[in-house]
Amino acid sequence: MAVPLLDIRDLKVTFRTDDGLVRAVDGVSATLYEGETLGIVGESGSGKSVTMMSVMRLITDPNAKFEGQVLYKGLDLMALPQAEIRSIRGAGISMIFQDPMTSLNPVYKVGWQIEEQIREHEKISKQAARARAIDLLTAVGIPNARERVDAYPHEFSGGMRQRVMIAMAVSCNPDVLIADEPTTALDVTIQAQILNLIKKLRADFGTAVVLITHDMGVVADMADRIAVMYAGRIVEQGTQRDLFYDPQHPYTWGLLGSIARLDRPRPRRLAAIPGLPPSLMRLPEGCAFGERCAHRFEACAQQPPLLDRLGNGHLDACYLTEVQKHARRDRTIHPELVEEKP
Amino acid sequence: MLTFIVRRSIWAVIVMFVITVVVFFLFFKTPGVDPARAIAGRNPSPQTLAEVRAQFGLNRPLWIQYGLMMKRIFITRNLISYSDQGVLVVPEIFAAAPATLSLVFGASVIWVVTAIVMGVAAAKLRGTIYDPVLMILALIGLSTPVFWLGQVINLITQGNLHNSVFSWVPPLGYTSFTVSPVQWFTGLVFPWITLSILYIGLYARVLRANLLEIQTEDYVRTARAKGLSEPRVLVRHTLRTSMITFASLFGLDFGALVGGGAILTEVVFGIHGIGFLTYQALTNLDLPTIMAVVIYGAFFIVLANALVDIGYAWLDPRVRPA
Amino acid sequence: MAAVAEQASLTELRPAVAGRNPWALAWRRLRSNRIALAALGLFILIVVMSLAAPLYAHYAHDPNPFTPNLNGTTVINGKTTPILQQGGGILKLGETPIGPTWDLHNYFLGADGIGRDVGVLLLYGGRASLQIGIVSAVLCCIGATIAALFAGFFGGVTDAVISRIMDIIWAFPVLLLAISISTELLTHSNGFQVGPLHVSASSLWVPTLIIALVFVPYVYRPVRGQVLSVVNKEFVEAAIAQGSSNFRIMFSDILPNVVSTVIVLLPLMIANTIFTEAALSYLSVGVQPPNVSWGVIISNGQELLYTRPWVSLAPGIMIVLTVLALNVFGDGVRDALDPRAKLRVGTGEAAAGSGA
Repeated sequence: MAVPLLDIRDLKVTFRTDDGLVRAVDGVSATLYEGETLGIVGESGSGKSVTMMSVMRLITDPNAKFEGQVLYKGLDLMALPQAEIRSIRGAGISMIFQDPMTSLNPVYKVGWQIEEQIREHEKISKQAARARAIDLLTAVGIPNARERVDAYPHEFSGGMRQRVMIAMAVSCNPDVLIADEPTTALDVTIQAQILNLIKKLRADFGTAVVLITHDMGVVADMADRIAVMYAGRIVEQGTQRDLFYDPQHPYTWGLLGSIARLDRPRPRRLAAIPGLPPSLMRLPEGCAFGERCAHRFEACAQQPPLLDRLGNGHLDACYLTEVQKHARRDRTIHPELVEEKP
Repeated sequence: MLTFIVRRSIWAVIVMFVITVVVFFLFFKTPGVDPARAIAGRNPSPQTLAEVRAQFGLNRPLWIQYGLMMKRIFITRNLISYSDQGVLVVPEIFAAAPATLSLVFGASVIWVVTAIVMGVAAAKLRGTIYDPVLMILALIGLSTPVFWLGQVINLITQGNLHNSVFSWVPPLGYTSFTVSPVQWFTGLVFPWITLSILYIGLYARVLRANLLEIQTEDYVRTARAKGLSEPRVLVRHTLRTSMITFASLFGLDFGALVGGGAILTEVVFGIHGIGFLTYQALTNLDLPTIMAVVIYGAFFIVLANALVDIGYAWLDPRVRPA
Repeated sequence: MAAVAEQASLTELRPAVAGRNPWALAWRRLRSNRIALAALGLFILIVVMSLAAPLYAHYAHDPNPFTPNLNGTTVINGKTTPILQQGGGILKLGETPIGPTWDLHNYFLGADGIGRDVGVLLLYGGRASLQIGIVSAVLCCIGATIAALFAGFFGGVTDAVISRIMDIIWAFPVLLLAISISTELLTHSNGFQVGPLHVSASSLWVPTLIIALVFVPYVYRPVRGQVLSVVNKEFVEAAIAQGSSNFRIMFSDILPNVVSTVIVLLPLMIANTIFTEAALSYLSVGVQPPNVSWGVIISNGQELLYTRPWVSLAPGIMIVLTVLALNVFGDGVRDALDPRAKLRVGTGEAAAGSGA
């Protein structure tokens, strides 16, 4: 097995607040290999963003406490001094964020902002940096790049702004691109364009991508491997095929079931996972999903560990046996197929 | 951008016009007051009253009175102060301007630099004891009345210690730079400090609050994610955007001070600037001078406001019209 | 089975942490802010002391502290001394009033230029300064809020007209405008008629209303901004769709959402008005004799500055303490109502700033 590019080992992130300790990330382990795309899926508050922001050491809150290791090319990012982390940010590992409206500095031209990043990591002249910025803008599909390079962020539409962000993020040819909900703030039609752009850049540069989203549809198209997070923990992890064709965890079933399908009979109601996620200050003793799970039983009072129960690299954190899972899965994902009793 | 400047300037002119009308009405048309008496100063002789009536056309229609008044102030500039033995008001104002400008410029340099240092320090040192200490100092600064602070400083520098520690401080008053640069400076040091303390307090707090707020903005997070060093993030991203508010506030306050807001400092330190002139005019109920000073002062402020608006658009591209 | 599970869970939908009404939350935050409460306490103490002025006057010896006492004498350390002493002093007539005796009964802070007890005057001055400060700030906020509601809600011409008027008032430097109006009104030494009311020229209402007026634009601007941001919200559209009358919408729907901005501004406005009144009085265009305010006392103390500094020092210290207390309390109110301004950690997600 090749050495992973990024190896997150038992990462824990806790915040001290007035009301108690918030366990935002509760023991997350994941790996990312060169050139592959890892999708991290979960609802708001599941800890997916905090995990990746912690990898980049972007959380500046003095009340945050970090445990665990994050290995990148053999270095533990959690233990590196500031200067070295800074040289990795933007050049080794890059990140793009959810809201392109507010993620670009409004008072500087976009070309200037891209050049700023390039010149921080590489010793090249201003003209060379500018030329590269123009090339990048063209590569991400911004028309008339030669003029647009001197435009301000507010002069672009949302989709265009996100393209600028992507151009900036790949400007120094990073090994890893972390995309934190890159399409959530954009129109559906633009979403597809942005995702295609990321695919193209991935193919051109061979960048590994971590794609964070709450939308299973997005990872279906993009991700090689997928990790499903809930309440600060990973509850299922496997290849794209594994997750869509052989999902093991009831939460994943819920996520899949909540997608409205065109190729099935129309359900009477849209399926939703009943209940709400638990407060991260008062996580239950046992399985965090237990409260909302229709299949909960006595064993669930103990927190199920994330294990390779099938022996094929497909991990899940559910005590149900394989047989039980198969039996209940279809009903849960596609309740409309179940005959309704009059 | 050009249309914006033009539009803003036209608006400024309109406001100035309205101000002159308001001042005119205020001083000429307050019910129950005879403007002739008011202008003529204390115990006017009947000849003076008649002269005033003729000069200002008080027996003629309102708009002619207004016109004459404005002509006296702006065009011929021969408005006479009756209370002050026929001194020409407008040249007097211009003569007093250098003192005010010296005072305000010097103070603003001190206050801008100090406020930026304090504000940035407090924001960076958040969580340590220095942050609240700095902010308490700022609060005390802005809770102290300028004129009282001036008195206290005078008490110290001109009182018992005048012959020892503070012997280098000249007696109260303003010395022109051309007469003696050294005395110009030593005479302004304490007025500068007094005037700036209030503003340092205000601006340090505003800057700190602004910096802390901006630090949570997404684009600052992006800047860090780009791998930029902390000092660069602070200066180029955080400070730069907070300068928008800082600079516009500064423009407004500077304008207000030159326009006559420095009156308290000038009075306390005996600096014969425009504010002092205003004060003298007040105590003598010298209406022509008061009117002229108020109008010139308001003009300067309208000008400063317009410049601030234009400067704001320069600092914040989002505000510029497409 | 899924349908049954769904039903059961809907009724079971209880959040893990109980929600709280934002005013209650704000109140809780304010209550736990000890520094702000201490500041409020200090302010109230000063107010109470000032209100007790007549009591102190009685206690000190003279129920009418405003009468000049040029030839009087008083007993200090058993020795009878004239209040105004010959000789000494840098200025005028070679008379120096007695200095502080530090005796609460008897010219605690000394006498002023015409022999009055400074300690007593200090408290009376406080009454005037605080009264003018508080009343004008309240009037200013009320006036500005009403103007902002009308301007923001009706928009269009109403907004344009009101905002331009505010711009013009604001174009005058606060102090100059106040000075101009005061000077003008002071030329009426007999007072003047406002409709059926006769207002004396030395009434405290004159500075109160002038100061309230000059600060209206200052409060108007942020409140109008807040009104505009609320007016566009859906619940206002809903109210209009329901057929509520304009007044009702303005005062029952928009006003409560705007009130917090005004509440934050109020303590700061009181600090501003007290400052302005002191400045006006110092320049002799504020509070007029026979009334006294802190600014007036400082002004009186100017000529005694090098011989009897306490006459000026005491009221200045009072102003600093009062304004400081108001500013600190105002900060506390703002922090309580708008905790976003402070980097407080609420929930884990908010702290990370990532919205995961």
